[in-house]
Amino acid sequence: MSLKEATRDSYGKALTEFAEQYDLYVLDADLAAATKTGIFKKAYPERFIECGIAEGNMMGVAAGLAATGKTVFASSFAMFAAGRAFEQVRNSIGYPHLNVKIGATHAGISVGEDGATHQCNEDIALMRTIPGMVVLNPADPVEARLCVKAAIEHEGPVYLRFGRMAVESIFDENYKFEIGKGAVLKDGKDVAIVATGLMVARAMEAAEKLAEEGIDAAVINMASIKPLDADLVLQYAKKCGAMVTTEEHSVIGGLGSAVCEVVCEQGNCPVVRHGVEDQFGKSGPALALLDLYELNADGIAEKARYAVSLKK
Amino acid sequence: MIEEVKLQLKKNANTIRMDIIEETHSAKSGHPGGSLSIADILAYLYFVEMNIDPKNPQWAERDRFVLSKGHTAPALYSALARRGFFDPAELINLRHIGSFLQGHPDMKHTPGVDMSTGSLGQGISAACGMALSAKKSGASYRVYTILGDGEIEEGQVWEALMFAAHYKLDNLCVVVDDNGLQIDGPVAEVMNSASIQEKAKAFGLHVIDMDGHDFDSIEKAFNEAKGISGKPSLIVAKTVKGKGVSFMENQVSWHGSAPNDEQKEIALNELKEAAKCL
Repeated sequence: MSLKEATRDSYGKALTEFAEQYDLYVLDADLAAATKTGIFKKAYPERFIECGIAEGNMMGVAAGLAATGKTVFASSFAMFAAGRAFEQVRNSIGYPHLNVKIGATHAGISVGEDGATHQCNEDIALMRTIPGMVVLNPADPVEARLCVKAAIEHEGPVYLRFGRMAVESIFDENYKFEIGKGAVLKDGKDVAIVATGLMVARAMEAAEKLAEEGIDAAVINMASIKPLDADLVLQYAKKCGAMVTTEEHSVIGGLGSAVCEVVCEQGNCPVVRHGVEDQFGKSGPALALLDLYELNADGIAEKARYAVSLKK
Repeated sequence: MIEEVKLQLKKNANTIRMDIIEETHSAKSGHPGGSLSIADILAYLYFVEMNIDPKNPQWAERDRFVLSKGHTAPALYSALARRGFFDPAELINLRHIGSFLQGHPDMKHTPGVDMSTGSLGQGISAACGMALSAKKSGASYRVYTILGDGEIEEGQVWEALMFAAHYKLDNLCVVVDDNGLQIDGPVAEVMNSASIQEKAKAFGLHVIDMDGHDFDSIEKAFNEAKGISGKPSLIVAKTVKGKGVSFMENQVSWHGSAPNDEQKEIALNELKEAAKCL
């Protein structure tokens, strides 16, 4: 628990770090200071392209750069990158399977004071539906850096989801990340909690609470939402017989849906989804909002108890 | 322009027009009107203007072409096939199951297609990215894109024009196919975009007027664009929708419907007669 920083900071630093080795181009839509691509801009001004407040055009420009062989990162807030520019991402980047990485920051309710218009709880759902799109949602600064590296080395479009709020690091320098692989952070036999993003740390906390009640919960970090580690999900569905998904995203279409799709078709156990219910966010300090929407250890533990109660 | 070159270009454009009729007839769908209006411009680009190699479609130094008005793919496919990128016998497979000739251009499967397009307003942004890429790499290739005059109602087009002027993309040549018609009727009635010239000038582009069916005018316009430095060029090509087929000319109904057997024969006969006069 040495490092505490927002995954968007890790993103900006990682771009700058890997720009030495890789010929990266970074685009932003007038939010470089907030998305932290500004760190890259300062170090590599000739490879930073300011696109102004025009996200649709930015995605198309990114596609054009990639069509000439360049590796491109296009950044904005999740709301505008995945939301406003959805169709440009689908048709100009996804359909031709171009090498564009979308670095989306300020995802989820923890945007805080800016409120509902800027709190994107739908981006995983949107991006997951695009054929060939990889969707990554790192849990901490260490994993965020590794996700950037994996995205660079992956040929094709990748959506990377980063947060605004500083988070404690969970992983150390020995942690390995691989696209399509989940990681078991704590083994358990009664219920499996599949978590992503900043909910991973909260899931670990929930597992401790549950242990006090005699419930042995496994915690799985699922940064790679697409492709999903279906084998690991099915393994724990079988082992625990009950599953909870937790994400700072709508319960519709995100990690919860992805896990349900796998378990419904190939497994056999109840899956309880924990996340933002079918509603918009509101203004307030990030931590207070996470508590208000029950995106905390207590919220997860409650869902876990319910999942256990559903076991036959 | 040298008369021999002009004659050959007229023949090429006539062939493209015949292909458009054959393709859309075979597909029983597609967009002949706006395809016919850009046949001469594509003939000039693919047979004179652009630095390309049909044997090496992925050649890194090639000039790029983005058909932002992607629905007029039949015209592009014909130009590519007749230039040698693939067998012209493939053209009648347009829009058929298993064909690499999709309803809208697909860069992944069609040799010579530089960008997948179809959703209006998006191609020009990709063209900007390609032009900027050349600048960043110190490459000398140029990027051409054709938009419809209806297409420019999309806000993204103006984002892209702002971007092109901001980055001084003088290696970018934007052509607006000003045929005056869109699906729901005349552009002036559906959503009046006039004056394209004044708007583009205000956005910082070098604006050129061109007769999109006159090869002297086409040559002059593209040469002028090449000579401009420090800003992108926008050519307003005055054209006739459905050009070359009497019953399709200036008829909005031919925007997105294919000729039946009888209509195809009439159209092809007209084009054959036109070819004889060349």
